[in-house]
Amino acid sequence: MSRQSPIRVVRWSGLSIGSVAVAVALTILLAAGPLFLGANAIDKLTTLFIYVILAVTWNALAGYGGLVSIGQQAFFGLGAYGAVRLADAGVSVYPALVLAAVLVGLIAWPISVFMLRLKAGEFAIGMWVVAALAHLLVNLDNLVRGETGTSLIALNAYAAETRHALTYWTALGAMVGLIGILFALLRSPLGAAIQAIRDNEDAAASVGVRVMRTKQIIFVLAAFGVALAGALWLATTITFQPRTYFSVQWTAYMIFMVLVGGLGTFEGPILGAILFFAIEAWFGATGVWYLVGLGAAALLFALFLPKGLWGWVDQRLGLRLLPVGRWLKIDETAPMGTSKSTESGST
Amino acid sequence: MTAESNGVVLSTSGIHKRFNALVVLDAIDFSLRSHEAVGIVGPNGAGKTTLLSVLAGAHPPTSGTIHFRGADVTGLPASERCRLGIVRTHQIPQPFSGMTVFENVFVAATNGGQLHREAAHARAIEAISLCGMMRLANRRAETLGLLDRKRLELARALGANPSVLLLDEIGGGLTDGEASELVATIRQLHASGLAIVWIEHIVHILLQVAERLICMDAGRIIADGEPRAVMADNAVISAYLGGSVH
Ligand SMILES: Nc1ncnc2c1ncn2[C@@H]1O[C@H](COP(=O)(O)OP(=O)(O)OP(=O)(O)O)[C@@H](O)[C@H]1O
Ligand SMILES: [Mg+2]
Repeated sequence: MSRQSPIRVVRWSGLSIGSVAVAVALTILLAAGPLFLGANAIDKLTTLFIYVILAVTWNALAGYGGLVSIGQQAFFGLGAYGAVRLADAGVSVYPALVLAAVLVGLIAWPISVFMLRLKAGEFAIGMWVVAALAHLLVNLDNLVRGETGTSLIALNAYAAETRHALTYWTALGAMVGLIGILFALLRSPLGAAIQAIRDNEDAAASVGVRVMRTKQIIFVLAAFGVALAGALWLATTITFQPRTYFSVQWTAYMIFMVLVGGLGTFEGPILGAILFFAIEAWFGATGVWYLVGLGAAALLFALFLPKGLWGWVDQRLGLRLLPVGRWLKIDETAPMGTSKSTESGST
Repeated sequence: MTAESNGVVLSTSGIHKRFNALVVLDAIDFSLRSHEAVGIVGPNGAGKTTLLSVLAGAHPPTSGTIHFRGADVTGLPASERCRLGIVRTHQIPQPFSGMTVFENVFVAATNGGQLHREAAHARAIEAISLCGMMRLANRRAETLGLLDRKRLELARALGANPSVLLLDEIGGGLTDGEASELVATIRQLHASGLAIVWIEHIVHILLQVAERLICMDAGRIIADGEPRAVMADNAVISAYLGGSVH
């Protein structure tokens, strides 16, 4: 019976299968990047990959989980700091970047127990306080030497070109890995539960969703991703100055990329990161006017395209490249009364 | 254990609920037998919805206990009570507005119903179909009108695979035809073995399903028994109907 059921749950389309294929091909091409790209392009792309990580993790947290945090720089800074500490303790430098992010993820778990009890605005501010506290604590470490900072000297063991390529590959792997994990997570039943919590926490609990545990998963995953981005940023700049890493600017960038690209859409933030990267490349040198421009752009988007570029595309064209939803396809040609469809659905 | 042997699935003893100084539930002793269909009526503000919320775990009672199948569930959160089979709808619909109708019900099937993959899909499709929402399955919940939001409340609750279904004013605003469809649906659910508690102001709809009727007023149960007898009760007439009946 079920094989002939007139009702099917659809998750993929030809377009989305094609998009994933293109994404895979692009990843392979990018992986070969250091073989044919110049040092400058490699560095630029590394930066872009880090921006994408920042955008997709903030979107997962805020756009899908409804958890608007303005303190993600806490994890960005801790990721970098963790890498400095681990490298100092003798851990090989590239594994140290990933290990630092894992450790930050572990620390994020107990933090989540406190923070996720806070509602909306309180949570946002609370996270900012967490970032300020993390910054203070890191400054107490003698290794960091206050705001003077320190550097990831272990990186100097590599020749410049090797180092740039290794950092590039690590960033690419981190970006693709995180996008993959988030895509799988958001498509899973857990992802549906996360969105249900975003839309209505009490109603989610009323249909059996374990709200706290579910939010914790997305919170920790986002913390891990941002920490990885922070550690990678350290690998690109080598120097660690707490003020730079624990700066709220990182979260501002995340918010910009996600709002412009499309909050709560899977594709949008990736697009937002690319746009942000381009804007920075063109106008970044203009100092304060660049920041004013960013702010104005974010405001315009919030006013006129509240769902961002991809939200607009989705609304206009119904274009879904990387769909996480579920759609029912009802075969209209099959004879179907209400009760008939019930039977065939339940077999 | 003795409760179970009486066929009682869900019971409360000495439930009080206060919101600050306001006493909303005042010593409620209520019990529901398996396969029973109970109607609850009472004037606005009587505490009906609050009782449902306390039963479902959305609000902790100020004092008193709640038992389900012989176990004390007073301390269990709403999600766990739902997983045990106590599932409610909301008087003011609470859809997951950014998700489709199907996804709304799917969340209930995978969490409350603890079903996986095809079983969860089938459960959700069955619930949506039973509530006559197949044509709206791919619509985002935020685009639904009030009546369809109410239907979604019922579909979503059914998705969670309840053994005790708590309904809060799902019948308001229906045409006669829609109302009799709803009655048929609830009867079908009742016949399939669900215990049902149904709060409704439209008494004539309720009487087509309820085997037992409870009338609440000012946080108390003022009458409980055979529906016609309860409706004829003097206390009920003066409280619920404001003494102005006939
Ligand atoms: N969360 C709350 N905080 C404060 N007071 C509340 C809350 N919920 C309900 N009340 C109050 O408790 C009383 C009972 O409300 P409840 O919603 O249970 O009544 P009801 O019998 O369902 O009424 P109706 O028929 O209008 O739905 C009302 O006076 C209401 O204002
Ligand atoms: Mg009510």
